[in-house]
Amino acid sequence: MAAVATRQPVGRWLADHVVLLIGILVLLYMFVPIGYIFALSFNQPTGRSATAEFESFTWTNWTTICDPDGLCDSLQLSLAVSATATLLATVLGTLMAFALVRHSFRGRSASNLVIFLPMATPEVVMGSSLLAMFVSVGFDSVLGFITIVIAHVLFCLSFVVVTVKARLSGMDSRLEQAAMDLYANEWQTFRLVTLPLAMPGIVAAAMLSFSLSFDDFIVTNFTAGQSVTFPLFVYGSKLKEFPPQLFVVGTLMFLVSFVFVIAGELWRRHRAAQ
Amino acid sequence: MTTGPTASPGSVVDVETARRRGWGWLMLIPGMLYLAVFFLFPTVQLFFTSLYDPSGSYDTGYAMTWHFANYVDAVRDSWNLFVRSFLFAGIATAICLALSYPLAYAIAFKSGHWKNFMLVLVIAPFFTSFLLRTLSWRTILSDQGPVTSFLQTIAILPDDGRLLATPVAVIAGLTYNFMPFMTLPIYASLDKVDQRLIEAAGDLYASPFTGFRKITFPLSLPGVVAGTLLTFIPACGDYINAELLGTPKQYMVGNRIQSAFLTEHNYPLAATLSLVLMAVVVVMVVAYVRRAGTEDLL
Repeated sequence: MAAVATRQPVGRWLADHVVLLIGILVLLYMFVPIGYIFALSFNQPTGRSATAEFESFTWTNWTTICDPDGLCDSLQLSLAVSATATLLATVLGTLMAFALVRHSFRGRSASNLVIFLPMATPEVVMGSSLLAMFVSVGFDSVLGFITIVIAHVLFCLSFVVVTVKARLSGMDSRLEQAAMDLYANEWQTFRLVTLPLAMPGIVAAAMLSFSLSFDDFIVTNFTAGQSVTFPLFVYGSKLKEFPPQLFVVGTLMFLVSFVFVIAGELWRRHRAAQ
Repeated sequence: MTTGPTASPGSVVDVETARRRGWGWLMLIPGMLYLAVFFLFPTVQLFFTSLYDPSGSYDTGYAMTWHFANYVDAVRDSWNLFVRSFLFAGIATAICLALSYPLAYAIAFKSGHWKNFMLVLVIAPFFTSFLLRTLSWRTILSDQGPVTSFLQTIAILPDDGRLLATPVAVIAGLTYNFMPFMTLPIYASLDKVDQRLIEAAGDLYASPFTGFRKITFPLSLPGVVAGTLLTFIPACGDYINAELLGTPKQYMVGNRIQSAFLTEHNYPLAATLSLVLMAVVVVMVVAYVRRAGTEDLL
């Protein structure tokens, strides 16, 4: 790196930092609403509903998260839905990715197309067609947890397949060949070589699924029936009074995921150092 | 790798052939069945719904009359919504690309030890609810908000000018909400670029810009294509940004589908609009992917 740097004229040094500077500015822009949500989580609104103006500082929102009716129930439902949908989508999608990358069979490109189509389908179309189907097969009485999970697995599935596939196709197949050469049987090769190598892709796919599912509004709005997930709760609050505790939940979601990712990264470094 | 040599003589097979044969493709079956039941079947059903007689209603039921005229009516009545959707989504995708590419480039090549940390920062804001973020943009862009006042002060916006309830706000919301879908794929393909290629270009007296134009950028194209698709497709069908940041004057086709389905219970209309939207998106995507020469992405 140093050799490259000295060979380049000063203009290049400047150009380097311009790109980094632009990158940091774009990052700052991405954090604007987060800062706003964070600040408003400490706001004491004068009326019952939260307002845009910061009025006075208070901790109360943070100690009374569950006070607004239905808020914590909606969070619980969202967590249950996302966990279930993530598990199902990750298992189904990983199997599909292995089949597609590791095996050739007739109809492989047709399969790829079928997997791609849900990603090319706008959510509003997916939601409406699922609702129409649920209604026509008489599922309208059970609209809720099950139908939300069915819908979420559907839109997560393609993302899982694509993410795991990318990881698998970038993998060096010689490692597996080496394991086989060293008399590992197929199952041992899979368990001790293939799976650990594929794991980062699978974990990334699961995290992506969870966040897509937890945050989904459009498809959920069609398939939820009377159930209320967290995004539906926020949307409903927009129409009536808007409890400031929602900003607390928004801040917490950010903080928890941030801590998770940082902890994961530290753990990875710790393992790499060993 | 702790794979020790284990005694299982006779298992030495050519991995290449092992990969090609066998029953491994059966792993595809559960997922494919899922897609068949919950994606292909509802889509076919949606097609039939779109051909119902529109004179029926939610209460009286609809009769199947193979009413293809529904498509003509839907396109005639809502073509402006389609044009607006694709226009807004296209502009948002372009701005997203312009913002995301430098960011992804900075993370891939200029961030040094901070690489993973910056990646986390890209994703982190998007763990906060999409609706909460959009609602906070609504306040930030509001008439008394800081952005509007600033733009009025420097006279870019007239004193009675607004941002909220204009196309600007809707496009800004779309741009913001789909940023990580653009940044991450571009980063992923930039990160794979072999630095030695760029050094080699420098050794052969290519200017840094030529090196970027001839090597880095072409190698990052798959990421750019994937990112633009992942941004453009959801943006086309989105209705939350138009609803929260715009007015009915900025409504997109998603708003119309949503209200036809959930409020008016006009299923034939909703189905027709959905299918037209889906068809146009698929055609655009296929044409775009062909043009970019990245068919293997599909």
